[in-house]
Amino acid sequence: MSVYLKPKKGRYGEFGGVYMPEILMAPTSEMAKNWKETWKDHQFRNHFYEVLNNYAGRPTPLTEVPRFAKAINGPKIYLKREDLLHTGAHKLNNAIGQCLFAKKFGKTRIIAETGAGQHGVATAAASAFLGLPCVVYMGSVDMHRQEPNVTRMKLMGAEVVPVKSGSKTLKDAVNEALRDWSESFGNTHYCLGSVLGPHPYPEMVATFQMIIGKETKAQCIKQIGRNPDRVVACVGGGSNAIGIFSAFIDDAEVNLVGVEAGGHGVHIGEHAARFREAKTGVLHGTFTYLLQDEQGQIAHTSSISAGLDYPAVGPQHAQLYKQGRAKYITASDEEALVALKLLAKTEGIICALESAHALAYIIKIAPELNKEDVVVINLSGRGDKDLPQLMEKNLI
Amino acid sequence: MDRIKQIFKKGPVFVAYLTAGDGGIDHTFDAAMALINGGVNILEIGVPFTDPVADGPVIQRAAMRALESKTTLDDILSLVKKLREHTDIPLILFSYLNPILKASENGFFANAKEAGVDGILLVDCPFDEAKEIHQHCIKNHLAPIYVITPTTSLERLKHIDKHGSGFLYYACRKGTTGVRNEMPDDFVQKMREIKANVHHPVVVGFGISNKEMAAEVLQHADGFVVGSLFVKALEEKVSLDELTFKAKNLLPDKNSQQELRIE
Repeated sequence: MSVYLKPKKGRYGEFGGVYMPEILMAPTSEMAKNWKETWKDHQFRNHFYEVLNNYAGRPTPLTEVPRFAKAINGPKIYLKREDLLHTGAHKLNNAIGQCLFAKKFGKTRIIAETGAGQHGVATAAASAFLGLPCVVYMGSVDMHRQEPNVTRMKLMGAEVVPVKSGSKTLKDAVNEALRDWSESFGNTHYCLGSVLGPHPYPEMVATFQMIIGKETKAQCIKQIGRNPDRVVACVGGGSNAIGIFSAFIDDAEVNLVGVEAGGHGVHIGEHAARFREAKTGVLHGTFTYLLQDEQGQIAHTSSISAGLDYPAVGPQHAQLYKQGRAKYITASDEEALVALKLLAKTEGIICALESAHALAYIIKIAPELNKEDVVVINLSGRGDKDLPQLMEKNLI
Repeated sequence: MDRIKQIFKKGPVFVAYLTAGDGGIDHTFDAAMALINGGVNILEIGVPFTDPVADGPVIQRAAMRALESKTTLDDILSLVKKLREHTDIPLILFSYLNPILKASENGFFANAKEAGVDGILLVDCPFDEAKEIHQHCIKNHLAPIYVITPTTSLERLKHIDKHGSGFLYYACRKGTTGVRNEMPDDFVQKMREIKANVHHPVVVGFGISNKEMAAEVLQHADGFVVGSLFVKALEEKVSLDELTFKAKNLLPDKNSQQELRIE
C-alpha cells in the first residue's frame, strides 16, 4: 500500500489526528485498536469481499464512452461504474465494511449521517442486510432536496432524523451523529460516510473503498493493456476519489485529479472549494483544509450536489495536495449540469450530480489532451436521486 | 499572582458558564456580574462556534444567537478586560479549537493574557492533540484546563493531571451539555477514583441544575459547574436580579455543607 495511505500516529503528514471531546477519546482509541486487528484478519477480509460480490454486485464494469469522448473532442474515456453498485453509489462499499466491523465487535445499533442520502441509503441497506437497527441523521434542507432517498431509507427500516440546527446540511448531520455517539458508544457504531472524522475513520473508510482502485487497475490492464494517463474523481469528503486513486498513487505516470464543487460563485459561502484558498483548520476530529471565515467559524458551503456540499476534506487528500501528488480543481453547478446532460444523451447513462463534476473537468480540458490518452473517471453514483430536484428547478 | 490557585485555597468553588455574545456582548457582561453577585467565583466564558458537537440544544442555540449578533474573539477579550475592572475571580475561556487556532496566527495567547484571562479550555482538543496550544498557554502564563470524563482511563487521568494546570473539569456523564435533575449513578465511585489519583482540584459539571446536586458534588469534589441552566434562563430573558437569585439558590445550605466563600 502507498505511503500516502498509511497514517503515522493517525496522521497523513500533518493532516488528520483525533480532535474529539474527551468523552469520545476512549471509544475512538478502542475503535483504532479493533480496526488494526480487523484488517489483518483474512477471514474478515474474505467475508467483506464475498458480501461485496454477492450482495453489492461487485465488480462494477469499466465502460468506454466513445460517443461522449467524440462529442467533447476528447481522448479515450472510460467510466468506472460505481453507479451500478447496489443502492446506486460507491458508498455501499464502506457501509458494508463498517457494519461488518461493528457486528464483529458486538455493536447492536448503527448510526450514520448523510448529505445526498447515498451514504444513508447504503447504511440502511447494510444494516438491514446484517439485521442491525439503523438511525440516519440528515439535514432538513437535504431531506427536501433528496426526497427519494429518504423514502428508500425508511423502506429499508431505518429511522431518518431531521437535523434542524446550523445550516441544516451535511456538517450539521455529522454534529448530530457525534452527539448521539457521545452518549451511545457503548452499544452503537457510528458509521461515518467519508474519509473524514478522527483517526481511524479516514483510514478505515479509504481501505473499504480501495476495492474501486484495485478493480479499475486490473480492468485497465485487461481492457487497455496499460495504466490510464489520468484518473479523475469528484471530491466531497473524498472517499470515492481516494478509493480509485489508491491503486495509482505509486504509479508516478498517472495524473490524479480531484474535482471539487465550484458552486455558483467564487465568494465564501457560494462553493465548496476547500483547496481554493487552502486554509487549514480542525472540524469533526481532523486537521485539514477547511472553509472558514476570519474568525475561524466554519463557512457555509454551496453546491448543486448535496454530496459535495461540505466545508472540509479528507486528510489523505490534504496530504496528496500538499505533496503535489494529486491536483484539485473545481467545476461549477452549471458545468456539472451540462456534463450530466451530455453523458445521458450520448451514452444513455444518467450519473449523479456529484460525479458530473468529474465529467465537467474532462469536458473543460478535453481539447488540450492527446487523442490517444486514456482517462478514467470514477462515476461514483447514479442520478435518479437528483431528478426530482432538477425538475422542480426546471433545470432538466 | 495565580488567581486560580488562590480561589481554590479559599474553599470550594462555584463555576458558571455563559456563552459570550448571547443577547449582545454587553448583556454577557451584565449577566456575568449578576452571577458573580450570586456567588459564582470562577467564570467560564464560552466562545460561540458554528459546530458545537459537545453541546446540547440550549448552548447550541445560544452560540447561534451569539454568532448572529457577530460576536468576535476580540469582542470577547474586550469583555474580559471590562470584567477585570470589576472582579478578581478566575476567568476561563471555554472554546472549540478552530477559532483559537485561527486567532493564534495573530498573537492570541498574549492578547488573552493581557486582557486578564486565566485559563483556556478547548472542548475538542484533547490532551493528546494539544501540544502546541499547551506550549502557547504555558509560555503566556495561561492555565491549559483539561476535561476528564467517565471514560477517561486511570492511566490517562494521571497523565492529564501531571501535565495539566489550574484544575481538572470532570464532565460527569456521557452525551452533551444540558440540564439534568440528578447526578449519574456512578458519580460517587468515579469521583473517589479520580480524587485518589490526581493532585489538581477537580470541578464537576454536565447537568447540574439544583442545590441538591451541587451539595452532592461538593461532598466529593472541589467545585461545581453550572452552564445550561443559566444559558437557558438568559434565553428565557430572566432579569439580572432573577439570575443572581438563581445562582444563590444553587448554593448548598450553610449548615449541611462547607460554606462557599462569596466574594
